[in-house]
Amino acid sequence: MLHGGAAVKGSDVTVSGVSKSFGAFKALKDVTLSIQKGEFFSLLGPSGCGKTTLLRLIGGFEDPDAGTIEIDGRSVLGLPPDKRHCNTVFQSYALFPHLTVFENVAFPLRIRKTPRKIIDDRVMHYLSLVQLEMHAGKKPSQLSGGQKQRVAIARALINEPSILLLDEPLSALDAKLRQHMLMELDSIHDKVGITFIYVTHDQQEALSVSDRIAVMNAGEVLQVGSPRQIYENPSTEFVARFIGETNIFAMKITGKEGVHISGKVAGIGPLLVDDETDAQVGDEALATIRPEKIRISREKPQTNGGRINIMHGVVAEPIYSGFQTKYIVRLDSGMTVTVFRQHANWSEGIPDIDWKDEVYLSFSAADMVIVERRAT
Amino acid sequence: MKQRAGFLYTLPQILWLLVFFLAPLCIIIAYSFLKKGLYGGVEPQFSLEAYQAMANPSILMVAWRTLRISVIATILTILIALPCGYSIARSSNQAIRLFLVIVPFWTNFLVRIYAWIAILGNEGFINDIIRWVAPGSAGIQFLYNQWAVVLVLVYMYLPYAILPLFSTIDKFDFTLLDAARDLGATRFQSYTRVLLPNIRSGLVTAGLFTFVPIFGAYAVPLLIGGKDSYMLGNIIADQLTKTRNWPLASAISMTVTLSTTILVFLVALRKPKEQKWVFDADPSAAMSAAGGR
Repeated sequence: MLHGGAAVKGSDVTVSGVSKSFGAFKALKDVTLSIQKGEFFSLLGPSGCGKTTLLRLIGGFEDPDAGTIEIDGRSVLGLPPDKRHCNTVFQSYALFPHLTVFENVAFPLRIRKTPRKIIDDRVMHYLSLVQLEMHAGKKPSQLSGGQKQRVAIARALINEPSILLLDEPLSALDAKLRQHMLMELDSIHDKVGITFIYVTHDQQEALSVSDRIAVMNAGEVLQVGSPRQIYENPSTEFVARFIGETNIFAMKITGKEGVHISGKVAGIGPLLVDDETDAQVGDEALATIRPEKIRISREKPQTNGGRINIMHGVVAEPIYSGFQTKYIVRLDSGMTVTVFRQHANWSEGIPDIDWKDEVYLSFSAADMVIVERRAT
Repeated sequence: MKQRAGFLYTLPQILWLLVFFLAPLCIIIAYSFLKKGLYGGVEPQFSLEAYQAMANPSILMVAWRTLRISVIATILTILIALPCGYSIARSSNQAIRLFLVIVPFWTNFLVRIYAWIAILGNEGFINDIIRWVAPGSAGIQFLYNQWAVVLVLVYMYLPYAILPLFSTIDKFDFTLLDAARDLGATRFQSYTRVLLPNIRSGLVTAGLFTFVPIFGAYAVPLLIGGKDSYMLGNIIADQLTKTRNWPLASAISMTVTLSTTILVFLVALRKPKEQKWVFDADPSAAMSAAGGR
């Protein structure tokens, strides 16, 4: 996260109108982004969305077909990787197998013919940053996945780059270790204070550490925003579906008063949505509600005149996962809706809802977001 | 029971080695310690004459020359084979390129040497062009010197170096080169500091595959070389067929075999522990390469 007070280190990156094709495959289509100094910025998207290509363009491993990339306001087009102030943590770690951990981390300094005394100090400093001082003499083949990862990070940081590029650095680790390394990355980011550009396909990773996220798909940037903005206010159906789980209703807008929108969903009936939108009465629109914002109950809840949507259905599948249960509820129309119910209030004696139970779902219009609209 | 079955499986190989490798080797060792017969052959009488004769300065000079030619030809072969193997490993149509490397093997070894005579000879292709461009000139004598021998040896053993180099470079993780560039290395530094150390086993194998057969070369210096390029292989042949000193021929053979074997073992011994045996390309290729011509 960004920390005020101390001077922000790192560089800003501006990507404008960048396109890149590999043969007939368009990896990036007219991508424009600006990344701020010291930011933890994530490029998030499914595999093949162009996020790694964009990272490789910033790192200097590929040249764009069109557009410009600027670091600190200066174009870096044509500059090879060794002339850019960014370093990369590769997905496969790319540790040099013939060198020890120490020599791997010392590699950039040896290339620059740094005096031996300084090399020793700096290498040990960065190894201690990633808690690997004890393993300096080992070969990469003797390390665990998480340790290799940390060597790769130390090696990428030792040149004191102003930007660190991370290409799915945690994808080879198991789930527990991934969580741990993620927190470590976050704390390393806090300590070194440079710009991190983090490529991942894992929305949880991106949400938990990023200052801002760019969601990408099929070579395009769909939305840039803080994790909260992206989760709470997705700008497209793809973003809504890709980040977390969601329910999407296709509706036809029948009334609009400021942010108060009422619509009709085929087979379900009226739907109330409060959202700022350009949509007009008569337009088709997609409205989304997150599963944790839906209340599930056996008795029909009271609306008390509020703008609350109530739907009736049957539990098609309850999936218990400890801290919560995920219910897949089949509405009378046949559509299924996903609901999360946290178990925080178990002591309150809420009756357990089980398979085949008839239930009511209720959710506030204010929690709904219109993600796409089609004028008719 | 099981152990005996295991022995049966190795039996063909053991027989093969006994009949075609160990037996001839024993005969050569035995001959080298016998007295030479008057018209070839040997007298059944123990003698160290052959080994004493080897100290002859003319033979030592040829041995030194053989070593020099072998080292130069091996270095040149590897310098050419390295970019070849690298480009094959990185290309998208490896199969076709590998096929092209192997194609020359379809032609007989001697025919390929004669092909070089047809190209470089005094009446050869290149001299034809020279005489056509500059009428009246006598052309250039390319053949019958050490450099012609080195050239043709490099040509002959290039595939033996390309193949093991290709096979190790193919297993190399090219992301490491990106990483090296990323960490500040120039393209050249990324090759010398990261690629070369990681393909050392391929370099060693390629070096042995070329050095060992070149050290025992016979046909190339005979047909392409002149007086200054007479090598150990030629001395051995001459001692057998012309001078008819079989013990001396055997003694030189033994020395060549022993020195190359020691070389192979030294190279194998100084390999780092975590790496496999030198011939991680194909052991049978190593044998046929060491078979010599």
